[in-house]
Amino acid sequence: MREQLREDLLASLRQKRRGFTKGWYKFSRNPLSVIGLVVLVSIVLAAILAPYITPYPEHAKPYTNFQDSGKPPSLTHFFGTDRVGRDIFSRVIFGYRFSLTIGIVVLSLGVAPGVILGLIAGYHQGTWIDTVIMRITDIFLAVPPLVLALAITAMLTPNLMNQMMAIALVWWPWYSRLVFALASSLRSEYFVREAELTGASKLHIMFREILPNCLAPVMTKMTLDMGIVILLGATLSFIGLGVQPPKPGLGTMVAEGAKRLPGEWWGTIFPALAIVVVILAFNLVGDGLRDVFAVEEV
Amino acid sequence: MVAFIGKRLFQSLFVLFGLSLLIFFIARVMPGDPARAALGFLATEEQVERLREEMHLNDPFPVQYYYWLRDLMHGDLGRSSYTRRPVTMDLVQYIPATFELILFATLISAIIGQVTGVLAGYFRNSWFDGLSRLVSYLGIATPSFVVAIFLLFVFSQVLKLAPGVGRLPIMMTPPARVTGFMTVDSLLAGRPDIALTALKHMILPAISLAVIHIAQEGRITRTSIVENMQKDYITVHRVHGIRTSRLVFKYLLKPSIIPTVTVMGLDFAFLMSNAFLVEMVYMWPGFSRYAVTAMLNKDLNAIVAVVLVIGLTFAMVNLLVDIITMFLDPTIRLRTGGS
Repeated sequence: MREQLREDLLASLRQKRRGFTKGWYKFSRNPLSVIGLVVLVSIVLAAILAPYITPYPEHAKPYTNFQDSGKPPSLTHFFGTDRVGRDIFSRVIFGYRFSLTIGIVVLSLGVAPGVILGLIAGYHQGTWIDTVIMRITDIFLAVPPLVLALAITAMLTPNLMNQMMAIALVWWPWYSRLVFALASSLRSEYFVREAELTGASKLHIMFREILPNCLAPVMTKMTLDMGIVILLGATLSFIGLGVQPPKPGLGTMVAEGAKRLPGEWWGTIFPALAIVVVILAFNLVGDGLRDVFAVEEV
Repeated sequence: MVAFIGKRLFQSLFVLFGLSLLIFFIARVMPGDPARAALGFLATEEQVERLREEMHLNDPFPVQYYYWLRDLMHGDLGRSSYTRRPVTMDLVQYIPATFELILFATLISAIIGQVTGVLAGYFRNSWFDGLSRLVSYLGIATPSFVVAIFLLFVFSQVLKLAPGVGRLPIMMTPPARVTGFMTVDSLLAGRPDIALTALKHMILPAISLAVIHIAQEGRITRTSIVENMQKDYITVHRVHGIRTSRLVFKYLLKPSIIPTVTVMGLDFAFLMSNAFLVEMVYMWPGFSRYAVTAMLNKDLNAIVAVVLVIGLTFAMVNLLVDIITMFLDPTIRLRTGGS
């Protein structure tokens, strides 16, 4: 008996590993996805280790040194220095901390409610529960996310926390819509019908039968959305409704640097490139994941 | 078909009603005193109290909403605490500048998107296809304010090929306002030179807005062309010796128009939100810059109005897109309108 259990466990582990190897093989077939992954891992590591690896970690805090003001890129300052003499390279790396925090916090606040509501609505498709949930979702989707997020942050006090709450508040409907579509089509599959016949509870059917089959698209969307949420965060900061100076938000740095164009171009161009690179990396990895899961589904 | 449009209209109305409730709720439950904010710190306590009474701020929330909705029906959106004018008047003044820009951007993205899409699809896996794929990746990953700043920096400040910020040079007197569209107004005033200058001023901001949509529409057209090129009817046409140009324009481009129109409807909403940033960079005196100013100054009436206007535009554009798609696509027409 015990032996049998052990055998089963090992077999399932082996199968899991095989699934992973297969997935990785599909992912690695697209060199762009692999490049995206490498860039992404480097950015995340750099952001985590920022205080130890940046040349001037103190420049991320309130700091002025007017002697070094507006220096062009050089070996001592890779990306040059800004108006008050802070090293832009160090500030960009610290800026990634804010960007990644925004992405992670927004998605962890927004995805769960969106998925659960979409699941409930999709399973009860055609009833009043579906109508109520999906019509509320429609209201949140009636204006572009940027506009609603801006309006909400503007009415609160602009700072990192409120910015993240506002974006999360406009982000959940996209997930409820996605999961609604998936769940309402899965509902009529045989395995759900069988579970219903054997008398499984609604909770069991929704969370143990339907939800696991929705996870792959949700995870792919999350990866792609990380890029979009980071873009939205940078946009809010750029307008002045996000991370407030002197904190090194990437959008804030672009806005500050833009005032010094065209002379001190490095103050704008490097933080702007930093934004593009991280979003691009998330998109490439997301596309790779889409390839992996899409093939698995067919 | 009338029933379909009626149903969609009802849905849009419901969504707009919900949106107004949502945004009004957020505006009112937030900490802070709108009356104090409107009058400033120098106002006396009595003045503030009087305004609170006037704005129905002492009433319970549903009563406040009722008054607000009643005023809205009369076209009264309240007074802006920043410009100190009725919000409706501000909107009428600023909206045309933004619409002119967005329409121009839509035109650019539709033309360039279609052309690149057709070329990339027809010459699949060529260097042009690769280039357009690279550009579309970059277009999606680049925030529009970065594009705007970059274009302004390169083409206006360094190469000096394009004019700088604003709708017209400061030295130029704008024509009498009729439509609010600078190009149209100049032509009406018999000044084609001003119209041309205004057009030149629009090029950079419009391209900044259009880039991401050029990328998307190009990809969609390409996919559709590639898909349809493998179909039998194209081979039949080829065998019959139909010219390539006719093949592309008549038989390949036509099926790709439906997804493109659908995407353009969605794009319109995103153009409106990206205009927030582009107008900021180019100091464009439009609706979006008004919106940003309102947001930075906590101008509640203006913020609520801005969100509603965008919601209304979005709903109308989507309705329009549905109707156009219905006319273009016989299968949809038959499914919804025939019965």
